[in-house]
Amino acid sequence: MRFIVRRLAFYAVAAWVALTINFFIPRLMPGNAVEDIMSKFPSLQPSAYKALEAMLGVGHPGSLWHQYVNYLYDVIHFNFGTDVTEYPAKVSALLAQTVPWTITLVGTATIIAFVIGTGLGILAGWRSGGWLDRVLPGLTFLQAVPYFFLALILIELLALRAKIFPLGQGYAGGDIPGWNWQFISSAVYHSLLPAFTLIITNVAGWMLTMRNVMITTTGEDYVLAAQAKGLPHKRVVLGYAARNAILPQLSGFANALGFVVSGAIVMEIVFSYPGVGLLLVNAVTSNDYPLMQAIFLVITFAVLFANLIVDVVYVLIDPRARARSA
Amino acid sequence: MAALMVDTGVTPPAEREREKRERFGWWRRLPPKAKVGALLLGFFVLIAIIGPTLAPYDPSYQNPNPSLSLNAPSAAHLLGTTQNGQDVLSQLLTGVRMTLELALFVGVVATVIAVIVGISAGFLGGMWDEVLSLLSNVFLVLPALPLLVVLLGYLPQKGETATILVLAFLGWPWGARVIRAQTLALRNRDFVAASRETGERGWHIIMFEIMPNEISLIAASFVGVVLYAIGASVALAFIGLADLNTWSLGTMLYWAQSDQALTLGAWWWFVPPGLLVALIGTGLVLLNFGIDELGNPRLRSGSGTIKVGGRWWGQTDPTPVLGHSQRRPSRVAAFLHSFSREALTERPTEVAGPLP
Repeated sequence: MRFIVRRLAFYAVAAWVALTINFFIPRLMPGNAVEDIMSKFPSLQPSAYKALEAMLGVGHPGSLWHQYVNYLYDVIHFNFGTDVTEYPAKVSALLAQTVPWTITLVGTATIIAFVIGTGLGILAGWRSGGWLDRVLPGLTFLQAVPYFFLALILIELLALRAKIFPLGQGYAGGDIPGWNWQFISSAVYHSLLPAFTLIITNVAGWMLTMRNVMITTTGEDYVLAAQAKGLPHKRVVLGYAARNAILPQLSGFANALGFVVSGAIVMEIVFSYPGVGLLLVNAVTSNDYPLMQAIFLVITFAVLFANLIVDVVYVLIDPRARARSA
Repeated sequence: MAALMVDTGVTPPAEREREKRERFGWWRRLPPKAKVGALLLGFFVLIAIIGPTLAPYDPSYQNPNPSLSLNAPSAAHLLGTTQNGQDVLSQLLTGVRMTLELALFVGVVATVIAVIVGISAGFLGGMWDEVLSLLSNVFLVLPALPLLVVLLGYLPQKGETATILVLAFLGWPWGARVIRAQTLALRNRDFVAASRETGERGWHIIMFEIMPNEISLIAASFVGVVLYAIGASVALAFIGLADLNTWSLGTMLYWAQSDQALTLGAWWWFVPPGLLVALIGTGLVLLNFGIDELGNPRLRSGSGTIKVGGRWWGQTDPTPVLGHSQRRPSRVAAFLHSFSREALTERPTEVAGPLP
């Protein structure tokens, strides 16, 4: 418990760093973002000028410290300001529409990829030099292909040519979002190809790291002892080697989450999936700075939260950690 | 003088043979994966150097002749043309240079930061270590791409230098972490202690005792950063966050996508740049495997393993690496350390607070 509380404090520090970076970016960058926005969006009322200035910190109302405190206060109250593209929509409302899509798709796909990759890594590491090892160079190729490129090729082959999967979007055009069977089945159907792409690009990475840790672990004396005792293979592999090898894999998983999420964002753009990734790129192409910053914060907080969950799992499955953190 | 000239002039064939073997021995000893990776990369580096001069056309030249729009590969245009009648092969040959150049600079800058942070943290230990580790852990946990997008989104000119700096700013923590761990392990080795006893200065120990033992690790983290830089820069260009008037593999993909190359069936426009990114990436990953295997022979698949009791056994680990500091950390340092994830996995004596 003590450990979890301390990790919570660490994530609070990380979140504060993210907020601070976010606060200073518009203030340090050259150019006048407010003028940019005002000239781009004639629909904006003149009264929005002041609000934008305050938000982006260009007009300098009050001292920097004063702005900073106000900014933190606003973020804590989930007030991310007003969106300029779809003025006067609230940024938080836009986020509430898109975040669930991303979390469901990316979360599920990442967990599936992690489980499959770790499983294959256990096999490859245990039978080092076996056939799984020989396909590794091929898998590295899959890992090196840019996400979005693979996604586009798959869309071309499986959606445009073979027509097995839909072309993109989160659900069929005529459906109205809601908790009914038609909508849910349509949403699941539309998420299959994006999820599949995410999984095949991520599996290789998890498999590789697990294989390497597994090889080191199988060299340990206690694995040799278990083997010498004549325990069944399955028990030695899963109960002795893999059980210990999975711990570094798990912290590697936590460390890599940021990268996984980043890749998934680009992929959403390709699939026109109605998540935060698409929202982010729309914000970028329309110079919608407040929305961009809010999305960065939301993604960061989600990654921090996922990290915290991994920490909890770690404590739960490692008896040493359990004993130490008690 | 004359004798010296005779000596150098006539080398016995056997000796020359041995010399040759010694000079190329390192290549033969390289794991096969690393060889493939190095060859792949060497090929692309060559293209980056001579590619722009080989390009048959100006990559930006838009041929006004409408019949040259979206041509399939032919003798005149080996990889076909884009919608504006630009030559794809020329764009490709020019684009590889820009992509590799950018990744190389990011790699150098980020690796320098990683080495400075990692070695200072590991070598100085105590408070320095904890503060620097905390910093790298924070940067590690922040998702890079959204932050990159926000940073570049604010920049009025999204030129090469800006992209390099922004990518390097976020690319160093991985390397810093592994270099720190290795430095920590090396710091307590006998040869470093001996050097310290003879009164060598800190920077001398770092430069001549610690750094040479970390070369493979530094190389691996450099390769890792280059890989990250290629992936990130291509993705950013694909979103449109790059100077779209220049030719890189990323901007090629951007134009191909925004002009609907795939829907129009122009695979020759879209597939080559993506394939090259993948091949360069594969080369880098394989090279990194090779570097890993040089450091840890047990990772080599197959080599030196024997089959006993239905499974393959490897050689035993040559040197156990112990990452434990012998000095007791200060109270503040120990307190800071207890917030990191490593606090859970180390021996209890290293954890702050009174022991039960």
